[in-house]
Amino acid sequence: MSYLAAIKPILRKSRDNKTIVACGSLLLLIAAVALIGPLISPHDYAGTDFENSFLSPFGGDWHPFGTDDLGRDLFVRTLLGVKVTLFVAIIASTVSLGIGVAYGAIAGYMGGKIDALMMRAVDALYALPFIFFVILLMVVFERNFLLIFVAIGAVNWLEMARIVRGQTLSLKRRQFVDAARLIGVSTPGIILRHITPNLFGVVVVYMTLTIPQAILVESFLSFLGLGVQAPQTSLGSLVNDGVVHMEGAPWLLLLPATALAVIMLCFNFLGDGLRDVVDPKKNA
Amino acid sequence: MLRYAILRIFGAIPTLLLVIALAFLMVHAAPGGPFDAERMLSPEVEANIARAYHLDESLPQQFVRYVRGLLRGDLGPSYVYLDRNVSEVISRALPVSMQLGVLAMLLAIVVGIAAGLTAALSKNSFIDRFVTGIAMTGISVPVFVVAPVMVLVFAVYLNWFPASWTGGGGVSRLILPVVVLALPQIAYIARLTRASMIGVLSSDYVRTARAQGLRTSSIIRYHALKPAMLPLVSYMGPAIAGILTGSVVVEQVFGIPGLGQFFVTGALNRDYTLVLGIVILYAALVIGLNLIVDLLYGILDPRIGGR
Repeated sequence: MSYLAAIKPILRKSRDNKTIVACGSLLLLIAAVALIGPLISPHDYAGTDFENSFLSPFGGDWHPFGTDDLGRDLFVRTLLGVKVTLFVAIIASTVSLGIGVAYGAIAGYMGGKIDALMMRAVDALYALPFIFFVILLMVVFERNFLLIFVAIGAVNWLEMARIVRGQTLSLKRRQFVDAARLIGVSTPGIILRHITPNLFGVVVVYMTLTIPQAILVESFLSFLGLGVQAPQTSLGSLVNDGVVHMEGAPWLLLLPATALAVIMLCFNFLGDGLRDVVDPKKNA
Repeated sequence: MLRYAILRIFGAIPTLLLVIALAFLMVHAAPGGPFDAERMLSPEVEANIARAYHLDESLPQQFVRYVRGLLRGDLGPSYVYLDRNVSEVISRALPVSMQLGVLAMLLAIVVGIAAGLTAALSKNSFIDRFVTGIAMTGISVPVFVVAPVMVLVFAVYLNWFPASWTGGGGVSRLILPVVVLALPQIAYIARLTRASMIGVLSSDYVRTARAQGLRTSSIIRYHALKPAMLPLVSYMGPAIAGILTGSVVVEQVFGIPGLGQFFVTGALNRDYTLVLGIVILYAALVIGLNLIVDLLYGILDPRIGGR
């Protein structure tokens, strides 16, 4: 079974679901605007212009979101924030997906004592407030992009591991796995070639639910001043900047906050809808 | 049940030790010492500082010293608040955060269950759609977005509540932070209650009860409510962790001198011992409360304890 074949039925069923189509297209639109917008706008994200600081939306020339305290164009900065936030979230989710799938598939396929031990470890880790460890990590080491990815990814793999394990448990009893074992395929071979491709559909669905969690962690760190550093920005740091000036220039808070809220809502609705498609029982 | 309880309690101790070791190692793996940011010091002064903070000892020695201190409730000196040690900072900040957290938790449980039950009992109605929509928004919109927007609307524009901790006394300064802190948990609890209640209401024994001619209200009260609440008990663990995380933001936005506030300033000032102490305290809180939740679950659902 190929990876593509695993998502085809999900795609087919998703086409009839209005929520999935609407949220999916809105997210694609936002991503497209975030990629193309900065190319069209005459301003760049770091350019300061002290004569035009605190312009309200649509004030001045080509500042649809207004400008911030340093006269930087908020529209371009918000788009950059969207781009950085999405980028971090997707990479981080891929990291957590890698760890989670490997861990869950191994635990599920091995079964018995190994499985029990591995899942007990997941239970123990599940109870920990990981976000504080991520902050600790950020404090101790210089804040850099790579670390943010890895830290967020390392936090979010637990749920994925549980789901993958459950799926693997039911997959390994199927006849094609028996057949593979009979013709002498090694255990890693079975896990890689026969188990994981069949997990792909479920994994993709749950990834749409890990992405908003990763966005949350990244923007939380940036909000606290521990994430992405200026002049780069993310939606979290934009909201943080906006809080400072919210009485005089509320758009600096409200516009990036709205962008973040819309993206989060879209991902959550998309993930929820896709989960219903994969497992119609779960949400009665 | 007793065996289960003892097993769980002893299971929590290695987890806690692991957490302490992990956090301790992370802090001590830091490139450079905590005083590197200061201006250049003479080697003698540096050696003196290292000795005063026991940084000249080997790592295992420092760890043993730290754990011994922990057992006495001594978390070491703060690197930034030079006149205070970490335990003093924490003991002053903890009650403030506790007050917020407990109130937010109570609010979340009461409102969340009420909303979830209302939605479940009128499944697919307008009210149900309204509650699930609001709940989804509550889950999606982060606390650090809700908090400043609420301040802007209710404190700056409407002027109903003080915008910060120092701006007013008594109950009024508590309302906004507690509501903001509770909102995401209200959303989660409402969704969980709704899903679980709908599941219970479509189960066989409820159908039997209905077939026997029991009134809907008594079916819910005597048959459906308790099993429907069980998943909520197990959600209390993540809820506590969520409130702790949220309190970091809420205290920051409202300027509340609680643990979260010290945690963030400590993090930004690289006050290693303070951050380490608070992380350990948070982890201990979460592990401890999770343990209580697990034991409670075992009592409420005898199937777990007997296993």
